[in-house]
Amino acid sequence: MDHSKRRFLKRGVALIGAVGLPASRARLAKAAEPPEVPSSMKVPGAGMSPYGVPAKYEDSVTRTLIRSQPGTTGSGASRTPLEALDGMITPSGLHFERHHNGVPDIDPSQHRLLIHGMVRRPLIFTIDALLRYPMVSRIHFLECAGNSQLMYQPTPPNLTAGQTHGLVSCSEWTGVPLRLLLEEAGADASAQWILAEGSDAAGMSRSIPIAKAMDDAMLALFQNGERLRPENGYPVRLFLPGWEGNMSVKWLRRLKLVPRPIMTKDETSKYTDLQADGTSLMFTYPMQVKSVITRPSHGMILAGPGLHQITGIAWSGAGTIRTVEVTTDGGRTWIKAPLVPPVLPRALTRFRVPWKWDGSATVLKSRATDDTGAMQPERVRFIADHGHNAIFHFHAIQAWGVGATGEVKHVYA
Amino acid sequence: MSTREALCITLAFAVAACTTAISPAARGPETPDLGREATPAQIAGWDISAGPDGVGLPPGKGTAAVGAAIYEQKCQTCHGAKGAGQPNDRLVGGQGTLASKTPVRTVGSYWPYATTVFDYVRRAMPYIQPQSLTDDEVYALTAYLLALNGIIGEADEINADTLPKVKMPNQANFILMYPTPSK
Repeated sequence: MDHSKRRFLKRGVALIGAVGLPASRARLAKAAEPPEVPSSMKVPGAGMSPYGVPAKYEDSVTRTLIRSQPGTTGSGASRTPLEALDGMITPSGLHFERHHNGVPDIDPSQHRLLIHGMVRRPLIFTIDALLRYPMVSRIHFLECAGNSQLMYQPTPPNLTAGQTHGLVSCSEWTGVPLRLLLEEAGADASAQWILAEGSDAAGMSRSIPIAKAMDDAMLALFQNGERLRPENGYPVRLFLPGWEGNMSVKWLRRLKLVPRPIMTKDETSKYTDLQADGTSLMFTYPMQVKSVITRPSHGMILAGPGLHQITGIAWSGAGTIRTVEVTTDGGRTWIKAPLVPPVLPRALTRFRVPWKWDGSATVLKSRATDDTGAMQPERVRFIADHGHNAIFHFHAIQAWGVGATGEVKHVYA
Repeated sequence: MSTREALCITLAFAVAACTTAISPAARGPETPDLGREATPAQIAGWDISAGPDGVGLPPGKGTAAVGAAIYEQKCQTCHGAKGAGQPNDRLVGGQGTLASKTPVRTVGSYWPYATTVFDYVRRAMPYIQPQSLTDDEVYALTAYLLALNGIIGEADEINADTLPKVKMPNQANFILMYPTPSK
């Protein structure tokens, strides 16, 4: 790196606070400036606590766009506030939610996992038993197939990065490789699929190809170091790295080995992709290569011309992010954004690049390429290929318009 | 025993292990094997999935006429009169709309397999009282929804034998993308 670029990066980091929401700027205005001694130094602070929570000043950082089906409270989704976070890990309490009939209250001592169907020995496991198995820990994103679905609509939804793209989160997942239990049960060689079923009131169920189950599927028991949160499948969930989130069945109670897919509601009437010509794509499992700039993004105001830090996340269900390119001139030129290590397969990958804003209106975009060579398409191209009628698997480039006033808004560009 | 002798014996065991015990090596390291064998009765109580081949469909039967009365009582509040929808999913009609700008996805216009109706209603409906219906009631509701969509006749009986034979009108329009695109 040459000297001028290093200086540019350094100044970019120093100015990161210049991009933000009006509310946070108002709080900064009340700061006690030197030479005043902060009042926090003149009285003892608070004591210890059994379980830490975020600072009270961060109470606006919550899951957003929490909606449920009419007449229900537990059939809907809540989204990760991507624009308020940094790094690659999503705090467990901000991991997105998608439930089909609420979060069940499950006592782990009462929970059982049944493996049956085309096996030599049908087996029942307790949670205590599963906790005695060899485990693996892996950092992976989880993305709902319906993430960014509002981008199929013909006009921009004008929502924040989290509200449009926040059905993706990233955690360290720890659990038992599913392969171990299938081998113990003696899976029949002719079993090609596994019906996975949850213990919730929707009896959530999906058919999983046996090849995925034997490859990297996990029975996850821990998330970010602690036992799963109830809304993420406590006490045990299936986890299928890189595949649409709905298949990582939460509150897992049953795995049935079968010769053919069961064709459940959530792999036929939902989670299939209606194309413009009236055909529908089915079993579209991996989440495609995708990225979004999280700062600056819709709803923020650039404090003025000068250096700003552009940052965002990229991910691909097919593998590892190879490059992220950013344009600050509406797509005329693209520059490679440095990726923040670690860059892991099927994990959120953070990118950062400094940008000197000249004060004129422009459009910011990011586009990711994964190690299979797949590149995120422009929205115009994606819609031309797939039409407006699909709901799932939107992964085209997201554009943020910057006005001369510094106001950042979602645009189609 | 000298160190050398011990080494020779160890090596001899290692060679024997490598040449004769192929299957344990192929199975990988020993695993805890803590599963308790499930009885047929235990499995029967939990196995509520039924696929297009009909495997898993229970005994029982129903017709649209019986289903209509159950629908009005237990489903209509959420799905509207005769499956017309509102406040929640519409279940009837929409045929011919899928390639339009306003596609209407219902059991009749979209769902590729009739067994899915049975599987889903049995496990998840009514929303506020899932798994409260008898198998006969689920068969009757399935018959009612299929008849409302013009897929079966008003008097046709739906049971474990007839349901897998029902051909859904939109089935041929699904393109399988796993393991590789089918078209």
